[in-house]
Amino acid sequence: MKHMLIKTRRLPALAALALTATLALSACGSDDGDGGDNGGSGGGGGGGSAITMIPKSLGNPYFDASTAGAERAAGEFDGSIEEVGPTGDAGPDSQVPFIQTATQQGVGALVVSANDPSALCDSLEQAQDVDIKVVTFDSDTECRDLFVNQADAQGIASKQIELIADQIGGSGDIAILSAAANATNQNEWISLMEEDLAANYPDINLVDTVYGDDDDQKSFDQTAALLQANPNLKGIVSPTTVGIAAAARYLSTSEFKGKVALTGLGAPSQMKTFIDDGTVTEFALWNPDDLGYLAAYAAEALVSGDISGEEGDTFTAGDLGEYTVGADGIVVLGEPFVFDASNINDFDF
Amino acid sequence: MSATTTKKTIDEAVDERTYASYARPLLWRLVATREFAVVALLLLVFFYSRANIVGFDGPLTLYFLFLQSAPIMLLALPMTLVIITGEIDLSVASTMALTGAILGIAYTKWDLPFVLSMVLAIGVGLACGLFNGFLVSYVKLPSIAVTIGTLALYRGLAQGFLGTEAINGFPEKWTDLTKERISDGSSYPLVLIPFVVLAIAFGLLLHFSSFGRGVYEIGLNDEAARFTGVDIARTKLILFALAGAVAGLAGVYQTLYSGVARGDASQNLELQVIAAVLLGGVSIFGGRGTLPGVVAGVLLIAVINSAMRLDGIRTEVTDIIIGCLLVASVLAPMLLTWVSGLAPGRVRRTASRSSTPTEPSVTGGPSLDSKSANERQ
Repeated sequence: MKHMLIKTRRLPALAALALTATLALSACGSDDGDGGDNGGSGGGGGGGSAITMIPKSLGNPYFDASTAGAERAAGEFDGSIEEVGPTGDAGPDSQVPFIQTATQQGVGALVVSANDPSALCDSLEQAQDVDIKVVTFDSDTECRDLFVNQADAQGIASKQIELIADQIGGSGDIAILSAAANATNQNEWISLMEEDLAANYPDINLVDTVYGDDDDQKSFDQTAALLQANPNLKGIVSPTTVGIAAAARYLSTSEFKGKVALTGLGAPSQMKTFIDDGTVTEFALWNPDDLGYLAAYAAEALVSGDISGEEGDTFTAGDLGEYTVGADGIVVLGEPFVFDASNINDFDF
Repeated sequence: MSATTTKKTIDEAVDERTYASYARPLLWRLVATREFAVVALLLLVFFYSRANIVGFDGPLTLYFLFLQSAPIMLLALPMTLVIITGEIDLSVASTMALTGAILGIAYTKWDLPFVLSMVLAIGVGLACGLFNGFLVSYVKLPSIAVTIGTLALYRGLAQGFLGTEAINGFPEKWTDLTKERISDGSSYPLVLIPFVVLAIAFGLLLHFSSFGRGVYEIGLNDEAARFTGVDIARTKLILFALAGAVAGLAGVYQTLYSGVARGDASQNLELQVIAAVLLGGVSIFGGRGTLPGVVAGVLLIAVINSAMRLDGIRTEVTDIIIGCLLVASVLAPMLLTWVSGLAPGRVRRTASRSSTPTEPSVTGGPSLDSKSANERQ
């Protein structure tokens, strides 16, 4: 009987072990084929370099487009792009584990859009210690070899102010719906917009700046609150793709549609409906596909030793042509592009 | 209580309660636990990854793994005790953000000496924990409601204090210390030393002190605990205060590690901590679980994350795997208890209960036995 007891009891314990073990093993084993190719080709031996691309977060159409651009570039110079990154969490150090993993893998270059200007520095420096080149795009850090800037901040800020001023007839109250309160580039543009308004548009009054954290629902709610709190509002500027889409969605179903102007930086695919129904007339953006394409070429140029990231270095970025590294290791993509009803159907990112 | 159960003599009942878990050989008692399954799985995944995943056997793997999971490792220690009492603390990650904010403000705005700023920040963490503990122990509110409230409250305070600002410029001596290795070239970061010290302290407290016995008793049956002289309110207050203080310490560490204090730091970390604690074999209903199991649970999640990232598997997939593992770890014992309940061996055992000392089932654990023992009185 004693024997029986132990036997029946051993069964569940062993079964539990086996069950969990199977789960974990199948998990680790399933993608073995995938793991092989991203390990070795560190210094770019045999064709182009192995590049790890780390956007601010995954699942954002903007970064989907930049990754697609980078992959297009990698196809041309025979390199490889692996996209990794946090899902949803845009906290200051949410990208650190991915940078550390790339360091362990010994990839050729990291192409990063930083969630925080300083929190990534230690891990990026550790990557540079093992000879990984670091290129930032879209959002900069204090420690990288090159920053591929979508457009200079001044151009972005003044383009958006120009658009909103045009749409509200040069006078009245406006507000800004931004991304996270700590977002590097948004904050820079906002302060430049404030300067531009003060200097050139005395009749336009910036009444409030609110933060939607690049979260659709929160941006939607903040738009509603903004319009409640400021009944005289004539226009909203949202310098973030998530924000402008959520604000447009709110406006299009509210009494303010057509009365409150909305512009900013948006993705054409998300804004198409609102251009079509008249909620939004014009908005701006650079082409994130080109941005990723240029960033990948910049990384390749660094890894292959064509450039060192010094001011005045020049490199050719496929069909975008030749670029020159500016002061502080910055490469500028070009002027922001304005989307309206006449051209929005030409874009699908 | 009922006539059928009073047939047993008091001696037998005492026997059953006190010595039941010692009725089997030591080796078997150690092996046939959920904790052991977690430890075994940890070793299995670790050595599998070493052998099969490119780069996992590199010198940086463990170093980065410990650096990344240090806050979760720290928070899991007091969380284990809190959950064993049947309570929960969802506010720990928000407390971390708040203490990080306080550290930044005290040092850069109030110009306090850095060490004093750290003490102040940890003190704020302790105060956060005491506030939770007071509401749970003395106002007798359910901890899940209290700490959902303070999760929002402490996060709100952190964001309120910092606004749009990200504070950096902490002394390099201290920020470097968080990445320091125990010795040159070692894979073990210095932060493991405070962790090991705290782990031993919490281990002694939980497993080798009367306070710790009280923690288990509260989780098993708080009424019985009261009758045996456990001060329930005081015990819970102390545990929440400890959770707050350790969250303060983790907040200071995380702020120095990332070099920046931001209101949105450490979001959702509380759920990762609780997941690790549950995976480590602690029952969410209280009364069951061990600290070594929890440490293994934390490391298991960390190793799976690290290995799968190295293998180029997307985060969502890793989250799904860990989620399934967690559900399986909760479900498997229940399922298997039910299945083995159908087996003939179990039936015979139940029939001959009065002649053989009852042993706790492998999976149901002592909680069932001591609960029924209590009821019988």
